[in-house]
Amino acid sequence: MPKDSGIGASPKRREDVRFLTGNGNYTDDINAHGQAYVHFLRSDLAHGKINGIDTAAAEAMPGVVRIFTAADFEAVGGVPCGWQITDRHGEVMQEPKHPILAEGKVRHVGEAIAAVVADSPEQARDAAEAIELDIEELPAVIDMKAAVADSSVKVHDDLTSNLCFDWGFVEENREAVEQAFQDAAHVTTLELINNRLIANPMEPRVAIGEYNRSSDDSTLYTTSQNPHVIRLLMGAFVLGIPEHKLRVVAPDVGGGFGTKIFHYAEEAFCTFAAKACNRAIKWTSSRSEAFMSDAHGRDHVSKIELALDADNNFTAVRTDTYANMGAYLSTFAPAVPTWLHGILMAGNYKTPLVYVNVKAVFTNTVPVDAYRGAGRPEATFQLERVVDKAARELGVDPIALRRQNFITEFPYATPVAVEYDTGDYNATMDKLEEIADLSGFATRRAASEAKGKIRGLGVNCYIEACGIAPSNLVGQLGARAGLYESATVRVNATGGLVVMTGSHSHGQGHETAFPQVIAEMIGIDESMIEIVHGDTAKVPMGMGTYGSRSLAVGGSAMVKATEKIIAKAKKIAAHLMEAADADIELKDGQFSVAGTDKSVAWGDVTLAAYVPHNYPLEDIEPGLEETAFYDPSNFTYPSGAYACEVEVDPDTGKVSIERFSAADDFGNIVNPMIVDGQVHGGIGQGIGQALLEGCVYDENGQLLSASFMDYAMPRADDLPFYAVDHSCQTPCTHNPLGVKGCGEAGAIGSPPAVVNAVVDALQSAGKNVTHIDMPLSPGRVWAAMNG
Amino acid sequence: MYNFDYEAPSSVAEAVAALAAEDAQALGGGQTLIPTMKQRLAMPSTLVSLSGIAEMKGFDVGNGAVTIGGNVTHAVVAAGAGAYPALAELASHIGDPAVRNRGTIGGSLANNDPSADYPAAALASAAVIVTNAREIAADDYFQGMFTTALEDGEIITGVRFAVPEVANYQKFVQPASRFALVGVFVAKHADGVRVAVTGASEEGVFRWAAAEAALNDSFSADAVADLAVDPANMIGDLHGTKAYRAHLVGVMTKRAVAAAT
Amino acid sequence: MAKVSMTVNGKAASAEVEGRTLLVSFLREELGLTGTHVGCDTSQCGACVVHVDGKAVKSCTMLALEAEGAEVATIEGQAEPDGTLNTIQAAFREHHGLQCGFCTPGMVMSAAALLKDNPKPSEQDVREYLEGNLCRCTGYHNIVKSIMAASGQDVSALAAE
Repeated sequence: MPKDSGIGASPKRREDVRFLTGNGNYTDDINAHGQAYVHFLRSDLAHGKINGIDTAAAEAMPGVVRIFTAADFEAVGGVPCGWQITDRHGEVMQEPKHPILAEGKVRHVGEAIAAVVADSPEQARDAAEAIELDIEELPAVIDMKAAVADSSVKVHDDLTSNLCFDWGFVEENREAVEQAFQDAAHVTTLELINNRLIANPMEPRVAIGEYNRSSDDSTLYTTSQNPHVIRLLMGAFVLGIPEHKLRVVAPDVGGGFGTKIFHYAEEAFCTFAAKACNRAIKWTSSRSEAFMSDAHGRDHVSKIELALDADNNFTAVRTDTYANMGAYLSTFAPAVPTWLHGILMAGNYKTPLVYVNVKAVFTNTVPVDAYRGAGRPEATFQLERVVDKAARELGVDPIALRRQNFITEFPYATPVAVEYDTGDYNATMDKLEEIADLSGFATRRAASEAKGKIRGLGVNCYIEACGIAPSNLVGQLGARAGLYESATVRVNATGGLVVMTGSHSHGQGHETAFPQVIAEMIGIDESMIEIVHGDTAKVPMGMGTYGSRSLAVGGSAMVKATEKIIAKAKKIAAHLMEAADADIELKDGQFSVAGTDKSVAWGDVTLAAYVPHNYPLEDIEPGLEETAFYDPSNFTYPSGAYACEVEVDPDTGKVSIERFSAADDFGNIVNPMIVDGQVHGGIGQGIGQALLEGCVYDENGQLLSASFMDYAMPRADDLPFYAVDHSCQTPCTHNPLGVKGCGEAGAIGSPPAVVNAVVDALQSAGKNVTHIDMPLSPGRVWAAMNG
Repeated sequence: MYNFDYEAPSSVAEAVAALAAEDAQALGGGQTLIPTMKQRLAMPSTLVSLSGIAEMKGFDVGNGAVTIGGNVTHAVVAAGAGAYPALAELASHIGDPAVRNRGTIGGSLANNDPSADYPAAALASAAVIVTNAREIAADDYFQGMFTTALEDGEIITGVRFAVPEVANYQKFVQPASRFALVGVFVAKHADGVRVAVTGASEEGVFRWAAAEAALNDSFSADAVADLAVDPANMIGDLHGTKAYRAHLVGVMTKRAVAAAT
Repeated sequence: MAKVSMTVNGKAASAEVEGRTLLVSFLREELGLTGTHVGCDTSQCGACVVHVDGKAVKSCTMLALEAEGAEVATIEGQAEPDGTLNTIQAAFREHHGLQCGFCTPGMVMSAAALLKDNPKPSEQDVREYLEGNLCRCTGYHNIVKSIMAASGQDVSALAAE
């Protein structure tokens, strides 16, 4: 019987009622008294030298409060990068200043040049149009390989080249890997592109800066996945405001998918300008603006090689990647193609030798940073595509080749510096074969053929490193922040709990799932627990939500804090029952003395904590509130196996997804309904990447896919129902809940399944097609078939 | 958007008068014009809404023709043009349901987007575009991308479609906008076959003469199987090369003929 | 400025607006009905869908003045006065048809319009009807399921859970 409460149950989400009735409180729903509005004048050139900005006419326009340019930010820092990479030559990455408003040059279409603050949004826009710009267009740096090969045109004139860093991992293995390739019985090589994507959460970004002249406090309301990180980055590195004078609030946030992790110039602008203008300043991004100012994702150009011995055992993997950084380094950009990518390159396989080279490149494009999966989809796509290609070249079953090379013993230390704690890759593959009904594929293929369609089957595995991340480890790897999480559990006198968590929920359902954990620990009703998040004034500290970390890291902090609460409550209960602390048991919200019928209720103990008339005041303080910080000792390693069946229309090249199945191992599961939903959404985005989505720049750096008219978002009729299963569970061994994280899996595991399926379809129709770059648009598939 | 004065006349005559003002522009359903204005790519001084004009809401079926008022929404055509099933079917796939509840046939034809559906229907049906001033044959009406025979201030009050013996429209959508990457409307009239292609050409909707000739000889999919349009005249962009669009014109034409027979 | 008057969720509403004031701006800024969202500027995402005279429209692509005299229904008027969710809202909650909630008001309003015309839609009917409503969180699985469930159909057998 499924449980109806606690861990493993699927209570309906408490968030839903407000969202379903129009009572959500998103940032754009907030209006400050007397607020002004900012409009950013953005560059329509990809690269240019700013010779002059004349704001005189604009300043005289109706409603204009003030116009800002780079000159107003001379005393202010640039937008910081949160990760520093040291490359294979021992050099630290080249790190250009990322100004709030363009300084000297514009470096991508959409870069803000000036900011107009006015009484209304339309007045601000009217005045922005009256600003006279004198910008000398420069050749745009767009193609990454060309940008590295020839630095005669540099994105940043003060850097030595367009190469940000040249990273090798594991550098010591470089020669051994080369030797393994020379000794290989078979080598499969694949060149591929991981297409540039735009995250496009449905809620565009919004920022509202407020300044209180009386207290000298600043407040920023923002659409963020991690308000404390924004407070730290913006306060310490940009504006010089100490944490106690700066409050950052991220209320209901309409999806993030990574692109709302980062600290953006618009946030700093609104906070700065609110003080400068002594007026609240609001910025609401239009979708068109979002396309050219939200950090993009992916954009890797890679070559991967797989070496096999005569028995088809993988002996080495080598990859070479050009990773686009865009024009500036966004918050976590350098970490994505390196540590979040390289450490996954062993995948599910016991390949003994791996070497990863990544060249990160500056181009005249929007900064690129983490998007759902962040580095791990890029690794998985390369590996699972090359394994599939190898199977076809060798004429062996792709599933059998994978199984033969699976890691089967845990813990397992990979050659890329991480130790997988648990997993059972054969179990998820077995489950996949069952739920995807792979044995019925031949019949379905015949049925498709009878309709004039070509059917293909693609299967792949994935592993990811989540629960980001051990602070001491990431510190060694270049992170400029810790990646722990905090929680404060406040028990009120009448027994209800308020949990202040540094994790942020923007669709993940924390307000529902987190109480399930605490309710189970104490044995009380979930309705007695309230989750508070997204406000630096309420939550002590938080590193936020990304990298599938909320439950694994934030949840663990919450468990630790609750354990402290229970330990103290037991002392109070022991006093009330005149028993020894060690004899107190807590079950179903009742404290009892082991071996007796004495008991006191949860509410009696919490009341005693705040009305301490009969209380061990000499031993413990009144009150019942505890804070815990949890820093994980390892990543978590969710894994799984995915299968996709496609039909290809041979006349048009159009691909339709006919079946999609996912068997995941997320360790223990708190709320299966929410986990299903996370996987569905990840698969939807993965299929989107594989078939539909592509961010395209022309050679002049103009963004061609600049709106939903040209950037194909997956729609309901592009996607099928998915078969998802997470009954294979090898619990994480190093966090208290045994959870691994589920937010990114779908987006990581699904693109190779789709491409493998299309290649299978085309080969089954006799086409000599070994790869097509994503998105597999009808035109591309048709061209591949007729190439 | 730039600001503008808004007028909502209740008759064609009042609308024509209002449109005489400098930089006045007619507003149909607004499903293209309003997004364009939001991008500040249009700046009318006065917007003259046609939606309150009762005489443009007509919908007449009879004598082998379907006459649709300029104000009639795509949703109403989809539901009501049963006498011309291919037209109803086309209307039911324009935009999305909310767009179909606002967008009008007059607005679509006046805008003449090179990827819109109605121009293909009008051209293949040898429709007559009825304005406040005159009647314009479809062959004379479409004059290239976003260009028509309409004079400034001229309003499409209705469109008269001759119902063909058989007809069919096949649309292959651009995956982002869901406009036609290529759309082909084939109509077999008593006096001959007309094939109109939208989405494909830089010149906007066009008639494919070679296909019409072949289909006049033999109205079958096989008759057009070996025909191809010249890729040089096609649109090439991130959603499809010129060659791909040219190929799709052939495929969609074949499919339209097959579906119509 | 011109005066516009309409009925919103059964209540009379009027204000002086500019010609360029969009219906969605009127709802959000004049009336404080912030449940209707703006997710794009090209009339595609559908987060702004409301009903005007019983028909689903994109309130970001309609001028407030065009709604003169109309009956407008928004997400705020969908539940019972005592807060009880209507059938569609309840089905979305039951079947986890929303995550971040931003597209949800538009989804619910579109679903209501669909079910009015097509009380027992097929899976394909639902998917096609949602062409103008984008969701980035759910992969649409549970949205489609919720709408079919709201129509009274048994959804327990739809794909694997």
